[in-house]
Amino acid sequence: MAFDNAYEALTEDAGGLGDRWAHGTGFQDALSGVDDTVPAGVDLTAAARHVLGLADDALVMAHRLSEWCTHAPELEEEVALANIALDLLGQARSLLARAAQLDPGLRPAGVPGHVPDEDALAFFRAAEDYRNVRLVEAPHGDFGHLVARLLVFSTWRLALLDRLSGSRDPVVAAVAAKAVPEVAYHRDHAAGWAVRLGDGTDESHRRVAEGLAEVWPLVEELFATTDAERTAVADGTGVDPATTRAEFADVLSRVCDQATLDPPGMDDRGAGDAPAVPRGRTGQHTAALRDLLAEMQSVARAHPEGRW
Amino acid sequence: MPSAEEVMTVTDRRTGHGPDGARRPPEATLADETEAQARFERLIAEDQRIEPRDWMPEAYRATLIRQVAQHAHSEIIGMQPEGAWLTRAPSLRRKAILLAKVQDEAGHGLYLYSACETLGADRADLTEKLVTGRQKYSSIFNYPTLSFADVGVIGWLVDGAAICNQVPLCRSSYGPYARAMIRICKEESFHQRQGYELLMTMMGGTEEQRAQVRDAVDRWWWPSLMMFGPPDAESPNTARSMAWRIKRHTNDELRQRFVDITVPQAEALGVSLPDPDLRWNAERGHYDHGPIDWDELSRVIRGDGPCNAERIATRRAAHRDGEWVRRAASAHAAKRAARDAVGAGVAG
Ligand SMILES: [Fe+2]
Ligand SMILES: [Fe+2]
Repeated sequence: MAFDNAYEALTEDAGGLGDRWAHGTGFQDALSGVDDTVPAGVDLTAAARHVLGLADDALVMAHRLSEWCTHAPELEEEVALANIALDLLGQARSLLARAAQLDPGLRPAGVPGHVPDEDALAFFRAAEDYRNVRLVEAPHGDFGHLVARLLVFSTWRLALLDRLSGSRDPVVAAVAAKAVPEVAYHRDHAAGWAVRLGDGTDESHRRVAEGLAEVWPLVEELFATTDAERTAVADGTGVDPATTRAEFADVLSRVCDQATLDPPGMDDRGAGDAPAVPRGRTGQHTAALRDLLAEMQSVARAHPEGRW
Repeated sequence: MPSAEEVMTVTDRRTGHGPDGARRPPEATLADETEAQARFERLIAEDQRIEPRDWMPEAYRATLIRQVAQHAHSEIIGMQPEGAWLTRAPSLRRKAILLAKVQDEAGHGLYLYSACETLGADRADLTEKLVTGRQKYSSIFNYPTLSFADVGVIGWLVDGAAICNQVPLCRSSYGPYARAMIRICKEESFHQRQGYELLMTMMGGTEEQRAQVRDAVDRWWWPSLMMFGPPDAESPNTARSMAWRIKRHTNDELRQRFVDITVPQAEALGVSLPDPDLRWNAERGHYDHGPIDWDELSRVIRGDGPCNAERIATRRAAHRDGEWVRRAASAHAAKRAARDAVGAGVAG
């Protein structure tokens, strides 16, 4: 019997695990190969807080996207959504590791030493210590809701990352530079669907419009600035989310126009208006986050001494 | 990581071929057909590839459609048992690996449905057959995943058995299937490796983790052996499929190969396989194993496995829930085409 030996791969050096995956490498070390010098004169606590918010946004959004797995409307969409989730998960891992590096005090007390920082922060923090915006928290609704949320999220995140690629923190700058093309694709993907659904059938138009209406109350918070962000901006490591408002409004209105959707109102926040109030960024979350974490953290917490 | 766009370009091949694209023209004469058949047989005998536009016997086409569709369905249904652990993966690295693996399986399903379409099948129709139970998928996916160790054992044993089955198919006589298999096998060998690596890591963890690994191995071992299908004596179509070179080894040969490779891996891992009769037979140069419960296999294939109903229900729900989305996409494409046509008319 002449068999081809597919098992040769098993005897090869397992250290090269990354390079043979079809989609996605970089599973090994969240910060490998990146210059992680901490710039002088930076308020580390504030810098870490800022990075943590960006990390948690990506982590929770990736988690919600991964819930779509085996439920997508077509197989191409299974692949696309998993890919977007993988990109965000990759961003989250690097940023979590950086946050803990900048401020080791973020690492929850009592987590065994063998647990990497990224996992200590993801699996052993309580909901109130998460710093993500509330937009990413809601359980997944229908595909119209997904498209609306992904469009809003990626438009906002792209604007943030774009500005962060000039950060004085070399890790943040590197992660942002790598993430910009990824999130640009996420935004295009969501915008493409918004147009197909908005300008598709009556039903799809209604569903995507409803999705947009559902996420809209959570949009204002995206432009709220925290004290940590203000300090990070002053130190040259961070970005003020308020500066992304105009770009966000412009992109959304153009997509809605093509999608024949009425853009939900965006106020211009002139000089006289009260500034947007941070919620998730200061630990105020919806109950959905607690449920999400209870599930996500269940195995890791059941085996704190476990090796994975 | 390749950009999502790259991934999409690779997999976005929905168009396929027209339902009758590969069939012989109706005006072909008897002499033409005899000549075409002689050519088909020569190609097979010379171990050459049959391509979509070549003449092929209807039974060859039908057998292949059934085989490739069943394989595609298995990739897609196979996403479920492991996908169930995506939201609970205990480290972010494992979450990323698992997500990438499950995504690969969706990609495999896509390649295989495309290969099937080159034979004149239609993806929507095949999906309909799957969700209504008229076409099968691998019975292995009808077992539940009870702990995170199952993710590792599926990678090691289930992807491992799939590799044994599939590597010879890289030399299948049908070109598009063979080419899809080459690509799939590369990814599968990686799936197996990540599973084995997870188990190795867990075995170095706590006693509780080791117990989970042992329990998962106990549950998945026999179903993995059943993945190779009924024994040769009860596999009536094997001879014809081997003559057509769409199957290259018998079920029992492949099963033996899998056992021989896996036993030393289990030893290295430090787990015992749940078969008291498993031992090296120096005379044969192979491991002997105990009798397989074929009644269980037929029960599960018939639909009485622990998760048959759930697997189909999940797939059916995704397909039905996605109908309005797919309809919207075609409605939008039609509107665009109409607008473009008007635009072109004005410009012209
Ligand atoms: Fe596969
Ligand atoms: Fe696989």
